[in-house]
Amino acid sequence: MRRPANRIPDASNAAVATLLGGRGGKNKQPGKQKRLLFMKREILTAAMGVAVAGLMVTGASAATLDDVKAKGFVQCGVSQGLPGFSNPDDQGNWSGIDVDLCKALAAAVFGDATKVKFTPLSAKERFTALQSGEVDLLSRNTTWTMSRDTTLGLNFAGVNYYDGQGFMVRKSLGVKSALELSGASVCTNTGTTTELNVADYFRANKMEYEIVAFEKADEVVAAYDAGRCDVYTTDQSGLYAQRLKLTNPDEHVVLPEIISKEPLGPAVRQGDDQWFDIVKWTHFAMVNAEELGVTKANVDEMANSENPEIKRLLGKEGEFGAAIGLSNDWAYNIIKQVGNYAEVFDANVGPATPLAIARGKNDLWTRGGLQYAPPIR
Amino acid sequence: MAAVEHASAGGAPKVAIFNDPRIRGAAIQILLVVLIVFLIWGMVSNAATNLARAGIASGFGFLNVTAGFGINISPFVEYSETSSYGRVYLVGLQNTLVVAITGIILATVVGFIVGIARLSTNWVVSKLAYAFVEVMRNIPLLLWIFIWYFSVLRLLPDKAAPIDFGPFGLLNIAGYYAPKAVFGPGAGWIGLALLAGILASIVIYRWARAGLIVGLPLVAYVLTGFPLSFELPTTSRFGPRGGARIYPEFLGLLVALSFYTAAYIAEIVRAGILAISHGQTEASYALGMRRGHTLRLVIIPQAMRVIIPPLTNQYLNLTKNSSLAVAIAYPDLVSVFAGTTLNQTGQAVEVLLMTMLTYLALSLLTSLFMNWFNAKMALVER
Amino acid sequence: MANSVSPAAAAAAAYVRRDMAPAEPPPITEAGVIGWMRKNLFSSIPNTILTLFSIYLVWIIVPPLLQFGLFNAVWTGLDRSACTNAAQGGLQPAGWFGACWPYVGAYVEQFIYGRYPKGEYWRVNAVFFLFAAGLVPILMPRLPYKGLNAAYLFGVFPVAAFVLLTGGHISLDGFLLPNFVLAPSFAKFIVDFAVLAALVALVAFGIARGTESPAWPMVRGVLMAMGVLLAVLLVFAADLGLSHVETEVWGGLLVTLVIAVTGIVASLPLGILLALGRRSQMPAVRLFCVIFIEFWRGVPLITVLFMSSVMLPLFLPEGVTFDKLLRALIGVALFSAAYMAEVVRGGIQALPKGQYEGAMALGLSYWQMMQKIILPQALKLVIPGIVNSFIALFKDTTLVLIIGLFDFLGMIQSSYTDSKWASPVQSLTGYLFAALVFWAFCFGMSRYSLFMERRLDTGRR
Repeated sequence: MRRPANRIPDASNAAVATLLGGRGGKNKQPGKQKRLLFMKREILTAAMGVAVAGLMVTGASAATLDDVKAKGFVQCGVSQGLPGFSNPDDQGNWSGIDVDLCKALAAAVFGDATKVKFTPLSAKERFTALQSGEVDLLSRNTTWTMSRDTTLGLNFAGVNYYDGQGFMVRKSLGVKSALELSGASVCTNTGTTTELNVADYFRANKMEYEIVAFEKADEVVAAYDAGRCDVYTTDQSGLYAQRLKLTNPDEHVVLPEIISKEPLGPAVRQGDDQWFDIVKWTHFAMVNAEELGVTKANVDEMANSENPEIKRLLGKEGEFGAAIGLSNDWAYNIIKQVGNYAEVFDANVGPATPLAIARGKNDLWTRGGLQYAPPIR
Repeated sequence: MAAVEHASAGGAPKVAIFNDPRIRGAAIQILLVVLIVFLIWGMVSNAATNLARAGIASGFGFLNVTAGFGINISPFVEYSETSSYGRVYLVGLQNTLVVAITGIILATVVGFIVGIARLSTNWVVSKLAYAFVEVMRNIPLLLWIFIWYFSVLRLLPDKAAPIDFGPFGLLNIAGYYAPKAVFGPGAGWIGLALLAGILASIVIYRWARAGLIVGLPLVAYVLTGFPLSFELPTTSRFGPRGGARIYPEFLGLLVALSFYTAAYIAEIVRAGILAISHGQTEASYALGMRRGHTLRLVIIPQAMRVIIPPLTNQYLNLTKNSSLAVAIAYPDLVSVFAGTTLNQTGQAVEVLLMTMLTYLALSLLTSLFMNWFNAKMALVER
Repeated sequence: MANSVSPAAAAAAAYVRRDMAPAEPPPITEAGVIGWMRKNLFSSIPNTILTLFSIYLVWIIVPPLLQFGLFNAVWTGLDRSACTNAAQGGLQPAGWFGACWPYVGAYVEQFIYGRYPKGEYWRVNAVFFLFAAGLVPILMPRLPYKGLNAAYLFGVFPVAAFVLLTGGHISLDGFLLPNFVLAPSFAKFIVDFAVLAALVALVAFGIARGTESPAWPMVRGVLMAMGVLLAVLLVFAADLGLSHVETEVWGGLLVTLVIAVTGIVASLPLGILLALGRRSQMPAVRLFCVIFIEFWRGVPLITVLFMSSVMLPLFLPEGVTFDKLLRALIGVALFSAAYMAEVVRGGIQALPKGQYEGAMALGLSYWQMMQKIILPQALKLVIPGIVNSFIALFKDTTLVLIIGLFDFLGMIQSSYTDSKWASPVQSLTGYLFAALVFWAFCFGMSRYSLFMERRLDTGRR
């Protein structure tokens, strides 16, 4: 923007100068343009502000807990509908194991399990949503893998459901084991670890297969039900959930093989240890409560218990709540309003529900399962 | 800036600097460029910070990483689970091209038939064509894809009870299994002979076109000792194996895409034909031409000039719409690359940029080709 | 004939008919239903074959559809048992195959409102009503006050809809001055806004001085614009006692309409600017517009939506996130702006050159020419094109279900996960319902577009 001002003849120079008021007028021109540009930017900013102000939320930067407290609710990323884990009913209310974890978190932070809002996320957008701060917690039956933990900027705060990938086939095929599946066509969801696991499994066992990968679970079920595929594969819990949607659920059988480890758990953004701790201990509190026999029903009387472990859990002894930036009755609120791990499990996926999944690997370590929470002390 | 000098030197009195159109133009353009550069710079720097903060790798190195997942449909590109993400891109591109090209052909055929049927004097035929157009184009394509795919699945027989066409293969819910050509040693000569036949036909195309194209390879086939055989699909517990296969996903998508687009093409064809003055038809009848001849030799060639530009748009739309394959498990570019690859690598920016630029290039190529075709048609016309 | 006969011959004839013979009815094969059929259906052998083939096509498509949708359909029921056969645990006989309408009935509220809180449905209804109240009169060419009507539809209605749907009451705590000058608060916003208004007014004043035009009207205009802006912001910020409804719970027809309408409303001004830019004489502007238009027109909408849902968050500064719906809206608006630009360009190019020359001869400036001469005519010409774009956009909104928003089709698909209504005919019924609704909307709009086309056509050719 070099202006050859000195080459402008005097006559018009004077005119310009008069117009712009003062001798330096012509030299001010670029500055003025620049200011104009600056203004435009401001106007643009203002206009954008108007357009988005109502819908824009300021996401978390450093301290997620402060942000969450400031806005008054936990924004929780869940699935778009997986019975037992996070599924809306015909009234639009969400329920499931993953949903209950979100509620427990809200109970821990606010003492009120209803202060939570749910964002349904597709498999594709879930990590971006967490990274960008759109959600505070990703509780969306997400498998904890090394690459996700290390390269995606996430931290997995625990495992609230130990799952494994399984197969479902028609009974009429007479298949007893997954090793008999060579040559089968396999329906599954795209964009998850299942696609990779099934490739590994068939390759390792030198079997042929044809993969048919759909974007959404509903289409997978529909295609499998129509007979397009011989096998439906996804996490075993998912198989039980989806089997309910088949025309004749009884004609299908889930094969015994589990071909992968699928530790499903909540994830938070990397770099906020306090929030990470809160989510981690929310889950542990529920497991510890089960181990100590503290339930939704008896939590109030248990508060008077002499057992030091229970006293520490329910905040009657020590300052454990304060250590993670919460009130001391954080765990009490979780159990009072949401329940312990067993209660959550039984209410959402347990034998009494349509999914009818046994505790199995998700039982407490004391009963041969994998759910194990570090002690509160 | 020289403009200022010039204007001022010309002694134009009191032309305010803001009123000089050239100055103002330059200022606005500079402003625009600066604004755009600023915006892009802002986005890039934001993205860089965000990626660094989240610890996400960037760059195109991931294209050489092993993909590790399977893709069922890949007719031309060699693919296995050990192939790289770069190859996944190729497979996706290939499938997009296959469905787009076959879709364009089918849509054009159906579109022309329906468009002409719309103008038929036969009441039932024209009303049926009208109903086809109005039903097809007033329901979203995505819904059509679901409807066609699941009705294709519903109509096809179960795996256990396929329709057997004997030497022509099998048909069941998992697709149509055609006999696959297996080339023995020396089969290359047949290909060469075919090529020679085509070339010869072009040179001396006045006679025996088909004869040469079919004849030469046939002679080579006999001379090289029958190296070409056909592999028929065999049955197994999970239905037929082997053979060349047409998948129901492809079929569903193809029918949905081409029928949907055909409805638009039909309207374009109709408008094109109506744009030709009725005198042309009358003149051609007066010359003793029949209806079919009139249509083929007089009306359509003229109507083509009107038809081609909007037809190009429809071809572009079809190509872009083929990206909806993601909904029904047809492994096109968006499904395997912008879908699965994006998910597995997490490199959203690179993957989406590559995908979008690919579609852009496809669109531009189609436009170029159709422009060339259009110019050619116009030339023939004059 | 009688005239040509000589009088002598006439006299010689024993009988001469004096009256006209009554007209015979045409042969039965030429008139009436049969004649019509002969002429239109069976005029030749190929034609007959075509007719029979068409009738066969209708025969294999229509009766099964009617069977499924009407005659075999179930109309009442409380859960899946009404729509399943005995083997599946229901009441229907084996082999029954028909639509399950009670399922649609149970879900129809969700299909329209999504998961919007039940107690707040009236707000959505009010928005629908306000929209219809603005739309219907503007669609009728005969009614007067089109300017006011448009001002309502494009100015008042969006503000009202925004406040009603989200609940308004957004917090305004400043945007301009750094936080250490003034802590973020409503007062800071007012100060900020005043500073901004003053700055803008100053610039306007400068420009006015620079162009030797009277300064006061320009400054006044700018201040008025800022005032309107402030008023809108204050309305957004006002606490009207409406509870906040976040966009995650919006769904169904509401989302479909919000996306389609916002897309068109936002793309119209953008598209006009782009169309003008593409015909501009400034190379940089033209180049930018061409690249912008061709880029968005060259890529599929689904990749645009992926971009807005996965890539856009990465482009925003740290700590700033956009609502998911808003991101999709931005993508859709940019996408449809490119198409709108081409529609508008068609209209601008269709105007005879004399209009430009006439305007320039009157000494109008570029913007005056565009505002008063070119655009009013061009836009009127492209009304059918705009309606067609809207239809296309309305259908394209279904794609947002792939990025996890629940539009009308997405809501229907989402309802398939409900085991209360799970049955083999559930998804077919849902798709049939979706197809019927979309068809009714799109067909209606395309009729309107045709009507406008005919109306505008007269006098033009």
